[in-house]
Amino acid sequence: MQMTKVRVKVADYDSLPERAGQAVTVGGENIVLFRKSNGDVKAVENRSPHRKGGTLADALVSGKFIYCPVYDLKISLDDGKVQAPDTGEVKTYHVEVIENEVYITI
Amino acid sequence: MKKKLVMIGNGMAGVRTIEELFKFQPDGYEITIFGNEPHPNYNRIMLSTVLQGDKSIEDIIMNDWEWYKNHGIQLYSGEAVTEIDKEKRQVTSDQGRKVDYDELIIATGSSSFILPVPGSDKKGVVGFRDIHDCEMMIKDSKQYKKAAVIGGGLLGLEAARGLLNLGMEVDVVHLMSHLMERQLDETASEMLKKELENQGMNFLLEKQTAEILGDERVTGLRFSDGSEIQADLVVMAVGIRPNVQLAKDSGIFVNRGIVVNDYMETDVQNIYAVGECAEHREIVYGLVAPLYEQGKVLAANLAGIPANPYEGTICGTQLKVSGCDLFSAGEIGDDEGTKSIKVHNEFDGIYKKIVIRDNRIAGIVLYGDTKDSNRLFRMLTKREDISGMTSVSILEANGCCGGGEAGDVAAMADDELVCGCNGVTKGTIVEAIRTNELTTVDEVGGCTNAGRSCGRCKSLISDILSYTLGDQYDTSAKKAGICGCTTLNKEEIVAEIRAKGMTNVREVMNVLGWSQDEGCSKCRPAINYYLGMVNYGGYKDERDSRLVNEKMHANIQKDGTYSVVPRMYGGVTTAADLKKIAEVAEKYDVPLVKLTGGQRIGLFGVNKEDLPAMWEDLGMPSGYAYGKTLRTVKTCVGEKFCRFGTQDSMGLGIELEKKFERLDTPHKVKMGVSACPRNCAESGIKDIGFVGVDGGWEIYIGGNGGTDLRAADLLDTVKTKEEAMEITGAYLQYYRETAAYLERTAPWLERMGLEHVKEVLADENKRKQLNERLDKTLERYNEPWQEAIQDNGIKEKYYQVRSVTVE
Ligand code: SRM
Ligand SMILES: Cc1cc2nc3c(=O)[nH]c(=O)nc-3n(C[C@H](O)[C@H](O)[C@H](O)COP(=O)(O)OP(=O)(O)OC[C@H]3O[C@@H](n4cnc5c(N)ncnc54)[C@H](O)[C@@H]3O)c2cc1C
Ligand code: SF4
Ligand code: FES
Repeated sequence: MQMTKVRVKVADYDSLPERAGQAVTVGGENIVLFRKSNGDVKAVENRSPHRKGGTLADALVSGKFIYCPVYDLKISLDDGKVQAPDTGEVKTYHVEVIENEVYITI
Repeated sequence: MKKKLVMIGNGMAGVRTIEELFKFQPDGYEITIFGNEPHPNYNRIMLSTVLQGDKSIEDIIMNDWEWYKNHGIQLYSGEAVTEIDKEKRQVTSDQGRKVDYDELIIATGSSSFILPVPGSDKKGVVGFRDIHDCEMMIKDSKQYKKAAVIGGGLLGLEAARGLLNLGMEVDVVHLMSHLMERQLDETASEMLKKELENQGMNFLLEKQTAEILGDERVTGLRFSDGSEIQADLVVMAVGIRPNVQLAKDSGIFVNRGIVVNDYMETDVQNIYAVGECAEHREIVYGLVAPLYEQGKVLAANLAGIPANPYEGTICGTQLKVSGCDLFSAGEIGDDEGTKSIKVHNEFDGIYKKIVIRDNRIAGIVLYGDTKDSNRLFRMLTKREDISGMTSVSILEANGCCGGGEAGDVAAMADDELVCGCNGVTKGTIVEAIRTNELTTVDEVGGCTNAGRSCGRCKSLISDILSYTLGDQYDTSAKKAGICGCTTLNKEEIVAEIRAKGMTNVREVMNVLGWSQDEGCSKCRPAINYYLGMVNYGGYKDERDSRLVNEKMHANIQKDGTYSVVPRMYGGVTTAADLKKIAEVAEKYDVPLVKLTGGQRIGLFGVNKEDLPAMWEDLGMPSGYAYGKTLRTVKTCVGEKFCRFGTQDSMGLGIELEKKFERLDTPHKVKMGVSACPRNCAESGIKDIGFVGVDGGWEIYIGGNGGTDLRAADLLDTVKTKEEAMEITGAYLQYYRETAAYLERTAPWLERMGLEHVKEVLADENKRKQLNERLDKTLERYNEPWQEAIQDNGIKEKYYQVRSVTVE
């Protein structure tokens, strides 16, 4: 089945706190938004890429990286890649901020 | 349309082939893998380590389920292929599943060879090949005492060592007159036997097993000479047998293994074999290094890339039993055409033998000191002419009598093999370190695979790191910075904070030149703690720099839910509080209500959105079951009820808990108060513990009941409760000021010395000052659950989950 991508408004920009994840369920998908200290907003799937799972919303945020709250994996918010020596990848979403509105594409 | 690649066997050689294929061509095939075992690909080599108790099954998984998913591989695990139809190009599984292929890899490995003697089908007879075998042995070791291992080779000895660790008595039965006769000569073998006997193994050599005794379950062994031994568990480690039946039945040419050419092709078009099931130039290999080489060649072949043919491998062997450092490769015996150099230092237990044929090294046996193994092994594989070298320079190049290890590394050629298992050379590692700025052995493994199989090369990788990074590695290794972001240690950081009057985390990182601007999960919580400790009069805590549990004021669990543990001071509660907890548990449908090990009640598996409301309904303060702070004060009932009690233990316990709760400490702090030396509150394994005696309290410090059990030391005996409170305050503050973040009182006390701490706390003036700073610190805390209930900002930032619907 071919799914068409849709752009969805997920939050008001000014409601997003800096350096603290915000969990959003968007049509059943669990996503977490991070507003970095430089103001950019990133979105990743709210699921640790660690093989035991867990969530990412309460991760510690440092620059463009987050540290998985359950297993301490270091994950890049840019591409979702887990940093060496660990491996894995979390799904990332395209984010757009238009005026005060934050959209992601799913 | 993509071509279909099917692989039978989900083991080490097969999956490595797929990994290599992805390197050449990430997206070339639609891949299906069948694996007989109900696990993803794991490091079979490490089963020995699992059996020996050093690793868990989870630790040895190499490609987890996610990996298959992320690479779009269809994995059928726990499913065996039973038929290959080479005409239709289709395989059929034992579940009746049929899958078509364009290319088919057979990577079925081998199975333990079970001696065909009467009784070999009895319960309690196992091979040593997979997770299932390993689990069986671990389970049986709990129930039975006596094990017999048949086979005195590599596998047998590693199994025997594991069974010893599991608490069994172990007999090793071997057909030959010496152990590991294929890898060791008599001298080395004798040395090994002595060492293993010292470790507790019993050997029965030159014994041929004739029958396995017992009714349903094994009870013993009978040998061909008529003698018998008892055994409730028999491990067969006499050899392996390639899994070739399937290939044979399908009409593929099979000799001992599935016969392949230099490109891993069988005699049937589009069918390949790789790993222990394959026979290449009449050799069937049983170690991973050659299999990984085969995998590389096959991957290139499948990707349509011209590759060098596989021409066979000379293997080096080593034994994974601690205390037995040995290495062996090539020919080990002597004949007319060979000469050998031997060094035997009986005093140090070192033996080295080099077998030379036509001026070239043909074999190596090293026992007790294997530092030279890589260099010698390279000379062997490269067939270096050694006629110009003296025997001393061959055996002891650079490294004579403990000469510099880094020197050895410097002398290594770039193409010298460092990791035999994964075929990684020194040059590749140095290059990876330089281009990717690697600083740890694990990172090198992540980039190059080196060290990720048997692990024996790790010390050499560490030497290469130190050689490549020079001072950088040395300083960071010797004077460890608190994390990868800095080379400063705790003392230096605290001194800088004091000297420069710094008051927030970002400032510290800026001023002290952190390599990652906003730090990491190790340094952020530590700096936040040090700042709060130094600036005790009103530090503004940085919540987002705290460890997750402290940030959320609840303990995160494996699935992202949280636990709620309210205070129950001194373990004392009321019927009303119990009712309230019960009501809340019902209202929020809490999955688990449990008495914790800390004398209170925990509610586990709570959704984070529910936390603030639950706290509100409970109306109790947080028990801080998640914090680097005072956890619980366990008490016994004491003089109020107990006929032996000499003191009011509950009273002191509650007072301690109320005074010191919420205080930030380097690591968690636990207390216990018992009212007599029977010590029902386990005061002897607490960070600080009190034992009531007639007329006073004994105070014990530095106990720990966790990972490294430590009995507490007696600090002092005091007469009154007030004195006990005062000493506790001074002790806690001294610990707060001098311990490293995440250093518990037990290791802290070992480091500082009991006498020193006693001295400080005996000084009345010092005690007073310590208590003043502590009291000031205690003023800054609010009850965190109340705070969250009242502050919408906190609720929204930390506890809400938004929801958006999509049409
Ligand atoms: C709930 C409880 C187990 C239980 O079901 O009883 C528990 C649960 C956890 N313990 Fe514990 N410990 C619990 C009593 C203990 C005890 C027994 C005691 O306190 O008398 C010990 C040994 C005593 C000691 O600490 O000296 C104990 C030694 C540990 C350790 C090892 C500490 C050490 O210094 O070696 C850790 C790991 C750590 O803290 O780094 C740990 C860590 C943990 C964590 C927080 C692991 C984590 O980070 O997720 C667990 C949280 C589980 C969860 O889902 O919430 N837990 N833990 C107990 C809570 C007590 C309480 O009411 O606060
Ligand atoms: C305890 C132990 C210690 C070892 N130590 C070392 C060491 O130190 N160094 C070293 O180099 N090597 C060591 N080895 C050997 C090494 O583990 C093997 O050489 C390697 O695992 C072989 O890889 P393979 O892929 O050929 O076979 P395997 O890893 O055995 O994989 C084959 C897989 O195919 C599956 N399979 C078989 N038939 C079918 C079928 N019809 N359908 C579906 N699936 C099927 C099997 O269940 C198995 O999972 C050790 C082995 C053991 C058991
Ligand atoms: S002992 Fe403690 S840390 Fe370990 S599993 Fe049990 S609760 Fe968790
Ligand atoms: S030599 Fe085995 S992992 Fe490197």
